[in-house]
Amino acid sequence: MNIVVAMKQVPDLQQVRIRNRQPVFEDVPLTLGAIDKNALEAGVALKESSEGKLIVVSVGGEELEDTIKEALAAGADEAVLVQDEKLVGAESWVNAAILAAAINKIGDVGIILMGEGSSDNYSGQVGPRVADILGIPGVAYARQIQLDGQVVRITRSLEDCEEELEVELPVLITVVAEINEARIPSVSQILKAGRKPKEVLEPAELGIELKAQKKVVNLSNLAPETQRKGIVVKSVQELLQILEADGLMGR
Amino acid sequence: MAGILIYSDRIKSALEILAAARQMGKELGLPVKAVSINDDGQADALCQNGAEVQRVNNPSINPADAASVATALKQAADILSASIVLLASNRRSKEVAGRLAQMLNAGCLTDVNDFQVKNGRIECARNALGGATVSIQVIESENQVISLIPKAVPIEGEATGTVNDLQVEIPPSRIKLVSTKSKSGDAVNIESAEVLIAVGQGLERQEDLRLAEVVARSMGGELACSKPVATDRKWLPEERVIGLSGKKCQPRLAILLGISGQVQFVVGIREAKTIVAVNTDENAYINKMADYVLIADLKDVLPELAQAVGGK
Repeated sequence: MNIVVAMKQVPDLQQVRIRNRQPVFEDVPLTLGAIDKNALEAGVALKESSEGKLIVVSVGGEELEDTIKEALAAGADEAVLVQDEKLVGAESWVNAAILAAAINKIGDVGIILMGEGSSDNYSGQVGPRVADILGIPGVAYARQIQLDGQVVRITRSLEDCEEELEVELPVLITVVAEINEARIPSVSQILKAGRKPKEVLEPAELGIELKAQKKVVNLSNLAPETQRKGIVVKSVQELLQILEADGLMGR
Repeated sequence: MAGILIYSDRIKSALEILAAARQMGKELGLPVKAVSINDDGQADALCQNGAEVQRVNNPSINPADAASVATALKQAADILSASIVLLASNRRSKEVAGRLAQMLNAGCLTDVNDFQVKNGRIECARNALGGATVSIQVIESENQVISLIPKAVPIEGEATGTVNDLQVEIPPSRIKLVSTKSKSGDAVNIESAEVLIAVGQGLERQEDLRLAEVVARSMGGELACSKPVATDRKWLPEERVIGLSGKKCQPRLAILLGISGQVQFVVGIREAKTIVAVNTDENAYINKMADYVLIADLKDVLPELAQAVGGK
């Protein structure tokens, strides 16, 4: 049984600057989604209790082959990449269709792991969409995953409660960041990872035709305007006097 | 005829979404219908607020299985000819949103903060790039699934609505709910707090948390934190985390102690009326986001602050 981890290539958000309210992506390196790395770590742990390969799947443009090395260095056995320049910034439903087709092509997949949301868009819909296309159960927001033969026991973390769930394989699970601490591979591991097998596919090889038709369009993407006073105060006493004067100290 | 369908598993957010749906419906000229699932209390509450309620009672619907709930909503949308489905934006509903969007071949936007109907389209505002920006997006496909961040919207008094039963067919769920336990018993709701004292990684000693708590309590507020304080240091429970993956708060006053101000944090506090930042770094990003900045060591500030506000 194989385990698949789907990971998204995203700009390193720590390095995105804002200029005139516009995000600037120039010279911002690409990396893998933060929570996706937790999903990969969960995959590495599960692989120990199952026989089979841990395969990372990703959709994107040409730089993907380079970005994915980090995942191969952090424990994935091989990578299946679906590349096309038209897939840079593709919509959730397009990514979902491609991921599902790639997972079907890999075959014998028991567990599919993803982060609960991507670092850049964070809409959390690709996982549930893929599960629906594949016709398998899905559990989002897993904080703990235990594999016991053909059954997976999952602790799901919701806002105000936790649920203990049992599901038979195959299943798609999205994880929260709290599930584990993702390892950071060393430079030598990343260099060695270059030798791990990578299969690069075009969407057409998966029977997917990319259409220009969009379901969601972006009208704008700007940093919100902030109007703050920015007054520097010298002491706790001065601060409290000002807050008092602003009427903020009353209960 | 097309229409708008709303659903939430909670009464409160169902009523909030109902108000939002009415506003959309009025501007788009579309009727609004509400679905309740195995919850007669909610059906009644929606009806009393003037909704046209479709009550679904079917024991096969497993609330812990997004596929099961989405299947029920898909059938409801088909039967009622609804092309727009509005859901809440909690974790459970977001999972349902993705499933349902796939079933309806719909475009989907989650965590929508705000919307505006313009030229017959619903323009949705949502955070992007980890909260650094706000993106305005429109769903262009005929079917739309939108999940809205709960917001208290006043419910206008409308005439009593109607309740009808709706039959759906749901295959047996493949997910077994073994048990549910509520989180940590810390039933704090920092989202509704008027005053928040938030600590970040600049707070070096765990024992100083107690002082921050004294300040919060004395000022009639709540203690909150940035994500690493809860997830890495485990000093405070997750319910107290402000930020993109935590709570979005809008207090009257937020005092931020030892917080540098990563965008993932700022997105949860930028709606605060007044922001005070206390930290040792005069170049910290949070200082640009603050109304009042105090550059000082928390080891000195906290005891002084606790004493000053505690004496009131």
